[in-house]
Amino acid sequence: MTEAARPGFRLLLVAGLVALFVASLLVGVGDLPLRRIAGDPAALQLLLVSRLPRTLAALLAGAGLAIAGLVLQILARNRFVEPVTTGTGQSAALGILLVTLLFPAASIAMKTAVATVAALAGTSLFLAVAHRLPPTQPFLIPLFGLVYGGVVGAAATYIAWQADLLQFIEVWTNGEFSGVLRGRYELLWITAAVVALAWWIADRLTIASMGREVSVGLGLDYRRIVQLGLVMIAVVSSLCVVVVGIIPFVGLVVPNLVSRLLGDNLRRALPWVAAAGAALVLACDIVGRLIRYPYEVPVGTVLGVVGAGLFLWILFGRAARA
Amino acid sequence: MIEIENVSLRLQDTRILHDISLTLPKGGLTALVGPNGAGKSSLLSLVARLQPLQSGRIVVDGLPVDATPGRQLAKRLAILRQDPAVAARLRVRELVGFGRFPHGRGRLDDRDRALIEAALQQFGLQDLADRFLDTLSGGQRQRALVAMAFCQGTDYMLLDEPLNNLDMQFARQLMRDLRKAVEEERRTVIVVLHDINHAAVYADRIVAMKAGRVVADGPPSAVLRTEVLAEVFGYPMQVVEIDGAPLVLHHR
Repeated sequence: MTEAARPGFRLLLVAGLVALFVASLLVGVGDLPLRRIAGDPAALQLLLVSRLPRTLAALLAGAGLAIAGLVLQILARNRFVEPVTTGTGQSAALGILLVTLLFPAASIAMKTAVATVAALAGTSLFLAVAHRLPPTQPFLIPLFGLVYGGVVGAAATYIAWQADLLQFIEVWTNGEFSGVLRGRYELLWITAAVVALAWWIADRLTIASMGREVSVGLGLDYRRIVQLGLVMIAVVSSLCVVVVGIIPFVGLVVPNLVSRLLGDNLRRALPWVAAAGAALVLACDIVGRLIRYPYEVPVGTVLGVVGAGLFLWILFGRAARA
Repeated sequence: MIEIENVSLRLQDTRILHDISLTLPKGGLTALVGPNGAGKSSLLSLVARLQPLQSGRIVVDGLPVDATPGRQLAKRLAILRQDPAVAARLRVRELVGFGRFPHGRGRLDDRDRALIEAALQQFGLQDLADRFLDTLSGGQRQRALVAMAFCQGTDYMLLDEPLNNLDMQFARQLMRDLRKAVEEERRTVIVVLHDINHAAVYADRIVAMKAGRVVADGPPSAVLRTEVLAEVFGYPMQVVEIDGAPLVLHHR
């Protein structure tokens, strides 16, 4: 990638985000022509109650998931993992399922808290095993992650089946934004705080990405960074699962793409990871709204296709570069 | 001063270090030599608190390494491990800049920037400063990592086989740079070396280890003797003297 391509990428991303933001406000089943918004209370109502919250939710979830993926890749020292497909998302879903079964009256905040704890436990276990796998076999970690995520997801499905709650599991596992309305997504603003925190500790995260020994040598409390990172991953993943459901591939492809273009110095690259994640999720949500209009395809499904394509491109692009 | 007292190390059922006691006064270049598996790297990583101390005591300038905050120690002691496998896509200048992290926690002031440029210059990295690490050769990476350790600006520098991957020119240059750091900046350098003739020329003191024990310790002229080397490395080798420095014909 040439030096000249990098400012181009950043400019494109900012312009794309603005364009996507506007497009997202205008695209949907309800008719919302631009010129009428100011004078028409019903149109304004639609904008404020549905379109704007949905757009913000997509941006917040996208930025958060990209950062969560970045942090997990640093902690696992492996570029091919992301939280929602390596057990974190499934653990969060399992947590919500259990709290729904045991305390049906629990509030959404309560459910999120339980999901976060479950996600934290699930991710810690993943990381503990990942650190024991031989570093000479880098593909064992993502493979183990997929199997592990599959097992936790299967356990959740089995319990849901026994309890006749399968349709609920579907809601948490396949991410979509069609249910997002004002008053039902605001918890996602916490992911913005997590992104800000990641930016605050960007230098520490970069050092952690160089491994434990370099970190200790530079006086970084490596164990504390790992603990903090785990909490960040768990909070973002469980919030996304609770509010919109599992959205795959964002945490996997976005950090890889940005690393290729801008490098891994996170003081420089991290805002662009967040911005690219937000743009990717919002773009896929808009595509999902348009593809079989007036019906919707869930964003999780769209990203399954788009994300897989991007991932293959990253893999083969890497091979071509080497 | 680095004081190592009765340090032993056991990994699984293997004893790596047997009751090592060693005092390294401030100043000077000490070379750790010995065959593979002698425990040199383990000893270095214990001093640099990269591994937990199992028994004994290690004190750097009065600070016990197992009970001193990491940041405080990072301002006194830098460690470069053998092959740290840094996979991050960092530019060389960024990597070297992270050597300043213990001082400013990521914020670089003008003095830091001057030190970074000086380190880049010293290790011949100016032309590579904006390149990503993953585009460099093994030797260039090694130089960038050494420059980062230098840039940390510590009184003590511990280097584990820093000559790995370096060609003859840069190996010699690095040893001269270490010598300069000892003489002009009064730094203390402890370096694991496999090329014993570099130790012969540049070290003030050689500590020879074998099977987890120190078997010889002294100035080059005392350690680099046929009978001592035979004990350490297990075969006899001729030692000649050229310009007052011993030269070990270990390859014949």
